[in-house]
Amino acid sequence: MLWAVLSVFVGALLAPALYRGLGRPAGWLFAALPLQVLVFATAFVAEAHPTSLPWIPSLGVELAVRLDGLSLVFLGLICGIGALIFVYASGYLRSHPRLGRFYAYLLLFTGSMAGLVLADDVILLFVCWELTSVSSYLLIGWDHERPEARKAALTALLVTGGGGLAMLAGLVLLVVVTGETQISRFSGDVVRGGPLYLPILLLVLAGAFTKSAQVPFHFWLPRAMEAPTPVSAYLHSATMVKAGVYLLARLHPTLGATREWYLVVTGFGAATMVVGAVLAVTQEDLKRILAYSTVSVLGLLTMLLGIGTRAAVSAAVVYLVAHSLYKGALFMTAGTLDHETGTRDVTRLRGLARRMPITATAAVLAAISSAGAPPLLGFLSKELFYEAVLSPPSLTAVLAGAAVLASALLVVVSLVVAYRPFFGGSPAAPTLPHEAPPSLWLGPATLAAASLVFGVAPRLLGDLPSAAATAILGRPAPLELHLWHGLTPVLGLSAATLVAGLGLFRVLSGREGRLFDAAARLGAWGPARVYDAAFEGLLRFAEWLTGRLQTGHLRRYLLVTVLTTVVLVGTPLLRSLPFTIPSLTVALPELVLAAVILASAAMATRTQSRLAVVAALGAIGLCVMLVYVIFSALDLALTQIMVEVLTVVIFVLVLHHLPRFVPRSSARVWIPDAIVSAIFGVTVTLLILMSSTLSPEPILREFFVAKGYPEAHGRDIVNVILVDFRAMDTLGESTVLCVAGIGVYALLATRTRKGA
Amino acid sequence: MPSVILRAATPVLMVLLIIVSIYALLRGHDEPGGGFLGGLIIASAFSLHILAYDVPSTRQLLRVAPQTLMGLGLSTILLSGVVGLVAGGSFLQGVWATVPVPGLGDVAVGTPVLFDVGVYAAVMGMVLMILLMAAEMSS
Repeated sequence: MLWAVLSVFVGALLAPALYRGLGRPAGWLFAALPLQVLVFATAFVAEAHPTSLPWIPSLGVELAVRLDGLSLVFLGLICGIGALIFVYASGYLRSHPRLGRFYAYLLLFTGSMAGLVLADDVILLFVCWELTSVSSYLLIGWDHERPEARKAALTALLVTGGGGLAMLAGLVLLVVVTGETQISRFSGDVVRGGPLYLPILLLVLAGAFTKSAQVPFHFWLPRAMEAPTPVSAYLHSATMVKAGVYLLARLHPTLGATREWYLVVTGFGAATMVVGAVLAVTQEDLKRILAYSTVSVLGLLTMLLGIGTRAAVSAAVVYLVAHSLYKGALFMTAGTLDHETGTRDVTRLRGLARRMPITATAAVLAAISSAGAPPLLGFLSKELFYEAVLSPPSLTAVLAGAAVLASALLVVVSLVVAYRPFFGGSPAAPTLPHEAPPSLWLGPATLAAASLVFGVAPRLLGDLPSAAATAILGRPAPLELHLWHGLTPVLGLSAATLVAGLGLFRVLSGREGRLFDAAARLGAWGPARVYDAAFEGLLRFAEWLTGRLQTGHLRRYLLVTVLTTVVLVGTPLLRSLPFTIPSLTVALPELVLAAVILASAAMATRTQSRLAVVAALGAIGLCVMLVYVIFSALDLALTQIMVEVLTVVIFVLVLHHLPRFVPRSSARVWIPDAIVSAIFGVTVTLLILMSSTLSPEPILREFFVAKGYPEAHGRDIVNVILVDFRAMDTLGESTVLCVAGIGVYALLATRTRKGA
Repeated sequence: MPSVILRAATPVLMVLLIIVSIYALLRGHDEPGGGFLGGLIIASAFSLHILAYDVPSTRQLLRVAPQTLMGLGLSTILLSGVVGLVAGGSFLQGVWATVPVPGLGDVAVGTPVLFDVGVYAAVMGMVLMILLMAAEMSS
C-alpha cells in the first residue's frame, strides 16, 4: 500500500520529463497512477493488514498506514475523481507550455492526499496535511504571472498552513496525553477525561476548520478560484477542503461525543452552512457560486459530524460522496463553459443546451443531485441529512431551520449553475461554443452518471458507507440505503425545500443587479477584510521594523547588538547578584599587559588619525596574544598574531579609501554611546569574573587527553578536537568563512564597479 | 612606492613563510599549528607580496583564483568526510593507515590530515580574496 502511494510521488517527479517525451497521451498515463492506488486499496481491504515502516524510530514515529471504511471512501473520491481530473486537464490546458509541471503538482497533491487519509501515524498525517497545503499553493498560483493568483495562493497557504500549525500542537498534545503516536491506538476515554482535552480539541479544530473553510476562515476558498478549473474541481470541491472533515471524522472516536465537541463543531458547521449558502446566491461568477456552495456543504458536513449520532454520521458519509460527485461534475462543466465561451458570468450565458448537449446533460444531472431531488444520490443524502437534524441531542428547531434554509438556497444555486447557462431563450455568450472535446466532457459525464446510478441503485455502494460510519463512530453502524423511504415527514420536508428553492429562484431572478451590489457591500466587511488588514499591517510593521533596524549605519547595528547582549546577558547576571568575586593573583607581566591594553584602548578613542587607531587596535590584539602565551595557549596565540597581522594589512589597504577623519560627533551623540559602551564593558567584566568562580569540570579535558592519541592519532588536543572530534563543526565554520568571503567580495565588487 | 628593501626582502621572506605555513599545517596534529593557522600564514606571505609589488603580479604568482582555492578547500574537506563514510563508518569519521616512508619509519596517514589541508586551502582562499579586492580598491 505504501509503495502504491509512493509511486504517485515518483510519478510527480517524472511528470515533466514524461510529458515532454510523450506529449498529450501523458495525461491518460498519469490518470492511471491514482487508479492503481485505488486497485491496491481494494485488494488491501481484503487483507486488512495495517503496515508500517520505521521512519524516526527515536521518536516512535512510523510510516504507519491503515485502511478502513473511512479511508477507503476518501481514497475512492481522491483517486477516482483524480483520474478523471487528469483527463480533463489534458483537454482544458491542452498544449499549455507548462502542462508537464502542472501534472507534477497535481500528482504531488494526489499522493499527499492519499497519504493523508491512509496515515495512521499522527506525524505522517501532519506531513501529508501540510503537503496538500503546499501543493495547493503551487496549483492555485499556477498562473503565477497574475498578481491575483499569487495573492490567492498565499492567502490559502497562510490560512490553511497556520491552522495546520495549530493542529500540529494539538496532535503533539494528543501524543503526550496518550503516549501513542498511532491514531488507532488513541484512547478516547483517557483524552476526554484529561485536563488537556479542551486545548487539544480547540487546536485540532483550528486545523480542521481552516482547511475546510469554516466560518470565519471561509474566505480563502472563493479566492482560490484563481486556480485553473481542474484544480478548483479537484482540490476545492472534492478533496483537499474535505481534509478537515476527514480529520473530524478520523478523530471522532478520540475527541468526539462530548458537550464541547457538540457545541463547537455543530455551531461552526451550522453557521458556515448558512453563510456559505447566502453568499453563494449573491455571486455572478460561476466558479465563485460553486465555491460558496462548497463552503456551505462543508459546513453541513461539519455540523453533521458535530451532532455525531448514528444517523448524522451516516448522513455525513453519504452526503460527502454525493457532494464530491456532483460538485466535481459542476465545476468541470463550469470550466468547459468558460473554456468554450470565454466567460463565467451567469448573467451573460443563456440557452447553450442545444450547442453543448453532453455538457448540458451532465450539468443538469449533477444539479438535480445538488438540489437534492430524486432519483439521484443527492436526494438520498438530503433525506438522511434531514433525518439527522430532526433528532439531534439539543437545539432541534434552530438546526432544522438552518438546514432547510441552506438547502433551499442550494436549490437556487443548482438552478443558477445548470438552468441559467443552458436554457431560457436564445443562445447568448461572448463566443458561441461547440460541444467540447471528449476529454472535457468525459469527467463530468462520468461523475453525473455515477450520481444517477448510485441514486437509483444505492446497493452498488456496497457496505462502504456503513463501514465508513462504523470507523467514525467507533461502533457498528449498519446502514441501508433506499431511494424510497415511504411517506415520511422527511420526504415532505424535501419536497417543501424544492418548492421553496424554486420560488426563491423566481424571486431572485429579477433583481440580480441590486442583489450583487448588496453582496459587494457585504463582502467589503467580514473576515476577508480582517485578513487583508492584518496582512497589510504585518507588511507595514515589517517595513517599519526593517527601517528602524537596518539603517545601513554601522553605529546603529553595533548599538542594537550591544544593547541586546547587555539585556540578555545582564538580566541573569543581575539576578545572581551578589556573588563572591574570586581572589585573583596577578603577576607583574599581566599587569603590564593590562596597562598597555588600557592605554591603547584610550588612544584608539582619542586619536584623530586613522592610522593611529589601526595601530592601537593592533597593539591590543598583540597584547591579547601575549596573554595567551602566558597561559600557554599556543595555538590561540599563533592564530591571534596571524589574524592581527592580516587585519592590520587589510585596514591599511582600505584606509586609502575612507574620507578624512574629522571629529563630527557632537556631545549628544558620543555621550550616550560612551554610556552604552561602559555598561557593555561592565557586563562583560562581570560575566568573566563570574565564569571564573565556576570550577570547570575536568571531565572534558581528561577525555580528550585520554582519547586524543589512541583514537585520533594526534597529540595536540586543540587540533584533534578541530579536525576529528568536532570535525562537523569545523566543516560548518569553514563553509561560513567562505560564504562570508564571498559576501565581502560581492560588496566590494559592486563598490568598485560603481566607483569606476 | 614601496621601499626597495621590502621588494628585495619579499621573495626570501615569502619562501620562508610558505615553508613555515606547510610545516605548521603538517605538524598541526601533534603540535600547535594546523590548517587554519597554516592558511593564515601563507595568506600573509602573499599579502607581503601585494604590499611590495602590486595586485596583478600577485595574482600572476598565485596562478589560481582565490575563489577556486576556496572551492577546492571545501571540496577537499567534504572528500575527507566521504572517505570515512565509504570506509564503513559515519561521515567525517577519521580513517587512518600506517604507511612506511623510507627514512622516517612508519607514518600515520589519515583523513584528518586531508581535512586540515582543505581548511588550509579554504582559509587561504578566503583571506586572499578579501586582501586582493581591498588592494585593488586602494590602487
